[in-house]
Amino acid sequence: MLSKKQARAFFLGGTVVTFLIFIGLTIFSFTKAQDQSNDGNITEAVVRGKVLWEENNCMGCHTIMGEGAYYAPELTKVIDRRGEGYIRAVLTSPVDWAPNGRKMVAYGFTQEEADDLIAFFDWIDDIDLNGFDTVVSPLSKDDN
Amino acid sequence: MKYKSQKVAYWFFALSMLLFGLQIIYGFIMGFAHAGFDGLHSVIPFNTARAVHTNLLVVWLLSGFMGAAYYIIPEEAQRELVSVKLAYVQLISLAVVGVVAIVGYHFNYWEGRKFLEIPRPLDYLVVVNVLLFLGIILTTLFKGKRRTTTALVLSMGLLFAALLYLPGMLPFDSQVKDSFFRWWVVHLWVEGVWELIMGGILSFLLIKLTGVDREVIEKWLYVIVGLTFLSGVLGTGHHYYYIGVNKIWLIVGGIFSALEPLAFLAMALFAVNMYRKGEKKHPNKLALYWTLGAAIVSFIGAGLLGFAHTLPQTNLYTHGTLVTAMHGHLAFWGAYAMIVLAIISYSLPNMTGRKLYESTRGRMAFWMSNIGMIGMTVAFGVAGVVQVYLERKMKMEFMEVQKEVEIHFIVLIICATLFMTGIILYFIDFYKHGRPNDEALEPDSNL
Ligand code: HEM
Ligand code: HEM
Ligand SMILES: [Fe+2]
Repeated sequence: MLSKKQARAFFLGGTVVTFLIFIGLTIFSFTKAQDQSNDGNITEAVVRGKVLWEENNCMGCHTIMGEGAYYAPELTKVIDRRGEGYIRAVLTSPVDWAPNGRKMVAYGFTQEEADDLIAFFDWIDDIDLNGFDTVVSPLSKDDN
Repeated sequence: MKYKSQKVAYWFFALSMLLFGLQIIYGFIMGFAHAGFDGLHSVIPFNTARAVHTNLLVVWLLSGFMGAAYYIIPEEAQRELVSVKLAYVQLISLAVVGVVAIVGYHFNYWEGRKFLEIPRPLDYLVVVNVLLFLGIILTTLFKGKRRTTTALVLSMGLLFAALLYLPGMLPFDSQVKDSFFRWWVVHLWVEGVWELIMGGILSFLLIKLTGVDREVIEKWLYVIVGLTFLSGVLGTGHHYYYIGVNKIWLIVGGIFSALEPLAFLAMALFAVNMYRKGEKKHPNKLALYWTLGAAIVSFIGAGLLGFAHTLPQTNLYTHGTLVTAMHGHLAFWGAYAMIVLAIISYSLPNMTGRKLYESTRGRMAFWMSNIGMIGMTVAFGVAGVVQVYLERKMKMEFMEVQKEVEIHFIVLIICATLFMTGIILYFIDFYKHGRPNDEALEPDSNL
């Protein structure tokens, strides 16, 4: 039967080995040749957009790349789906946006802020998501 | 209780229960909002309710883990805590940081990163707080008369949990990298180091409740935490399928995360077998209910329901839907909430001297909360599956689908009411035990 010593060796060995592989794979997937994160195209507007995204906890209602909350629509490919004008109207609206009854917070962003958020969404749209974007955005232009 | 300083644990548990109560209230706010009743929107919008709900969950669990450590470590190390005063300082600072964060969420003071909404400046306070906690626990352990595997695994879990908080504080301009390293915290906590904490508490409880030989229990503890890391570390890949990183994660994450249920299965089998094997039956039946319950329900919530959406082919459709919320609830409940309630049920009579080991109220608390939570899981699950089908297969609009599933949130609210009733009974039981006191000291007891 297994002894306590062997059990401990299994624990320590398994942990060290898998952790090293994990670090290795992390480095691998961010090397230039493997990278599909679209990070090369991050502009200052995208960064400002991301800051707004975080400061207002948009993820507290929406998902993006499938991450976030389940109260409001997925925002990956949202520009493709709705067009820039619609998104700008939502973001700058001074009253709660609620075309279907469910309310979004009325942020009343300025035009510049809306530009930044749109740049952020545009940048997200060009990330290679291993096919998720085709499932999650049924109205995305690519597959209609 | 064998050491006076173990009493500190009581106050961590009390804080834990208070925050748990609040968490449930915010859960109701969201449940009602999903069902179409969002009257609080202008005061507590959904994203506020959500950040409060999930952060209170994490803080009450952490407070429970800390209380567990303050109770368990002296007994395992066979000495008093090195400083009771510092432990109270740590308790109060934890409460202050927690409350400031929660209040801040009502005033747009946060960082919209799921589960890690605490703003950076407060993160540093969290770090200081946890360092203080670890300092007290680890010095006690190393000055102690013995270093048991149970104590080591528990402390290792707590130490790694602290270290893993750090990747979440790295600043990135890229949403992809931000998300990538956010999982080092969130996933490696719940499917990694927190399982060590759970395993340590479970092992302590089984030793006390079943009387099975420590050597046997601790050997299996190593096997369980071995399985945890073996599968869980590379299993992180199941969050990397569709967030803009390499396809290699589809294979690695798929295979290893599919093995993760083994650790939970092992935990369930372990607990049930030790219970069967045990000759000495401890009179504290309620603690036993919660202990075995945690081992079994965590296997269902984390193991089975996690497995249900972990393969990349399935996750492509379920990723970021209410299916995830279904799993999140039963997994957190079974694994972490129940283990905290178990250690409280075990230690409370020992700290207060009121041996309310068996009561109808206590048993009702157990059954009502569990049945309520399983009902909630089913409600989320049905809503989730319908959502996946209508939205991702039938290509219906998000909001149209949400209207279709509103009814399941009514069911959710009903089940949540049952759940909450159970938890209120638990709170009453907690209260009825009274305060911890030195008369409860039993230095020679085996309990
Ligand atoms: C006690 C242990 C566990 C807890 C507390 C837990 C909790 C959670 C939570 C809260 C989420 C949502 C995270 C987010 O979107 O930010 C999640 C996601 C997920 N969990 Fe777990 N989990 C546990 C164990 C497991 C296990 C063992 C598996 C696999 C066998 C698993 C598979 C998944 C998957 C695939 C997702 C991603 C869902 C998606 O793509 O939206 N979980 N888990
Ligand atoms: C009265 C009881 C409760 C109700 C009505 C409730 C309701 C909810 C709702 C509506 C959400 C948000 C889903 C969304 O983003 O749209 C949520 C999230 C969450 N709740 Fe609860 N909840 C309750 C209790 C609990 C308990 C006891 C736990 C833990 C043991 C818990 C853990 C979570 C977690 C981890 C999430 C995030 C899930 C995810 O992002 O996938 N909740 N809850
Ligand atoms: Fe995970």
